[in-house]
Amino acid sequence: MADRLTVLTGAEGHDLSKLEQYRAAGGYASLEKARGMTPAELIQQISDASLRGRGGAGFPMGRKLSLVPGPDKRSGPSYVVCNADESEPGAFKDREIMRRVPHRLIEGCLIAAYTIQSKNVFIYIRGEYLAEYEVLAAAVEEARAAGLFGDVEILVHRGAGAYICGEESALLDSLEGKRGQPRPRPPFPPVTGLYSGPTLVNNVQTLASVPSILELGVEAYKQLGVASAPGTVVYSLSGNVSRPGNYELPLGTTIRELVFEHGHGVAGGRALKAIIPGGSSVPVFTPDQLDVALDFDSVQAAGSYLGSAAIIVVDDRCCMVQLGLRAEKFYMHESCGKCTPCREGTRWLVQLLQRIEDGHGRQSDLDLLRTVCDRILGKSLCALGDFAVYCVASYVDKFYDEFQRHIDLGGCPFGSHSSIDGIVAPSDQHAHTAMPDPVTA
Amino acid sequence: MTPAENAAHFRQRVEEIKAVYPDSRSAIMGALHLAQREHGGWLPPEALEEVAEAMELTPAYVQSVASFYDMYQLEPVGRHTVEVCTNLSCALAGAQSVVDAFEQELGVRAGETTEDGAVTFRIVECAGGCGSAPVVVVDHRYREPVRAEDVQEIVEELRG
Ligand SMILES: Cc1cc2nc3c(=O)[nH]c(=O)nc-3n(C[C@H](O)[C@H](O)[C@H](O)COP(=O)(O)O)c2cc1C
Ligand code: SF4
Ligand code: FES
Repeated sequence: MADRLTVLTGAEGHDLSKLEQYRAAGGYASLEKARGMTPAELIQQISDASLRGRGGAGFPMGRKLSLVPGPDKRSGPSYVVCNADESEPGAFKDREIMRRVPHRLIEGCLIAAYTIQSKNVFIYIRGEYLAEYEVLAAAVEEARAAGLFGDVEILVHRGAGAYICGEESALLDSLEGKRGQPRPRPPFPPVTGLYSGPTLVNNVQTLASVPSILELGVEAYKQLGVASAPGTVVYSLSGNVSRPGNYELPLGTTIRELVFEHGHGVAGGRALKAIIPGGSSVPVFTPDQLDVALDFDSVQAAGSYLGSAAIIVVDDRCCMVQLGLRAEKFYMHESCGKCTPCREGTRWLVQLLQRIEDGHGRQSDLDLLRTVCDRILGKSLCALGDFAVYCVASYVDKFYDEFQRHIDLGGCPFGSHSSIDGIVAPSDQHAHTAMPDPVTA
Repeated sequence: MTPAENAAHFRQRVEEIKAVYPDSRSAIMGALHLAQREHGGWLPPEALEEVAEAMELTPAYVQSVASFYDMYQLEPVGRHTVEVCTNLSCALAGAQSVVDAFEQELGVRAGETTEDGAVTFRIVECAGGCGSAPVVVVDHRYREPVRAEDVQEIVEELRG
């Protein structure tokens, strides 16, 4: 498998952003194979391979494909939308895929379009990824000029900086030229999506994984990973680790193997304090959970989510109140403001955490933190509200003593020696976020 | 080009963007990116009006969209922009020392522009470079990783 291209594996030593080299590595053979099958056969293969979405929720791609009505059951066009908005703190895999193997993504998009018999593909790439946009747009041109598109059109659309546009319904509104705010659901995108047409929304890596299913065959593909989630995934490893980076490995690799074998352990040989297994939006793990396998179901059984498979390593120099505060400032900044629990609740959480960190916290604030979390969880229009709670609630639960010590000492037990002491966030640089204290006000 | 030619050219470019979408409204983000580039990196009120006219939308609508996204600047910016990510992975890798070094070297706080108009300095959320943290983005191009000791050289380069 080592020299065979899956997603990033096998790309070493070649410039696969060039069509000729990508083809020499076997590229676009799967597209040809796909076009020799019927759409129904293709959906069956993707379902049989149990390919699960790599964008965060792990939803089976085959099931999503079968929810999109075929040409005889719809009145207008259908769409394929590739979610390339990657903005989850800790995640940087889609970026590397687009930069190094853009044709892998294009091939996946074309196969998906054939599968639902759509003529329109949109790739929504976050605006900050300018270099990646240039590489991808050039690859799209090259593939189009080579006649690979047939009657399909692929358009690369640049976003402009908004985490919420990674949420699929917000992404669709943004793509339609609106403020990127989530839509109430149902209806879901496969039924009513872009321009009200049936729309398949999939993550970059999900689509880029499709060609290898056809190349290897379903049975061989299922030999990789675990039964409930076959295949490889690109883990983004970052934080206090010796060798951060993207590692494409079979789903179900343990945290221990990823962090200690591939990542060469905690940087500077320091003690491990916490591991965030799926990007900043998921509950934190403690060092006793190193043997948890990193696949959707195993991580969930252990109390968290694999999310975007972004693993953040935290060493013992970091204050968890500060980490929670920094994370919560992100959610407050990125809340689209459409619903009250998320818009107001994230502010409350920031204020409470700030107060505890500053040494003005009261004993009752620890309960209040949990109460505010309960008032947001499950009561928001989209999952951002839940994300804003998962992180902080888990820090309080798992590091309760550290929160308690802030109250007891009337200040941060780290003094000014926490590794992230004084970290400034974007929300701090705008005067309008100077807020009255909701608890004393 | 004269201002009139400029305006015509801008409308022409926006028409081209509109033409690639099934619904022309989808072109608004591309039009705003374009207008921002042509106006020195930000969107003064007249830029929003140009976009509104070319898009056949009201200026209020264009303003409501532009204000939603972080990359559209509604306040003047310097000739260069320096952005430092301070989200979790970058923070853990020492981003605050990079922020401090830029503030010292530039003589401004985060969110401000230097008096000579050379550099706008901002803090941003996760830029998607967490594996090579801390990430600094200079004029929309990533530099990663950047350490506090690299900051002086970057600033000298920009002040050129
Ligand atoms: C706040 C929020 C942000 C999200 N950001 C992304 C993102 O950047 N990229 C992504 O692929 N999915 C993101 N998602 C998940 C998408 O809504 C959607 O589930 C995904 O694109 C579906 O693709 P998949 O089935 O291939 O995973 C986000 C969800 C939420 C609630
Ligand atoms: S939960 Fe937050 S981000 Fe999601 S729709 Fe509500 S306000 Fe917007
Ligand atoms: S946390 Fe800084 S680039 Fe992701």
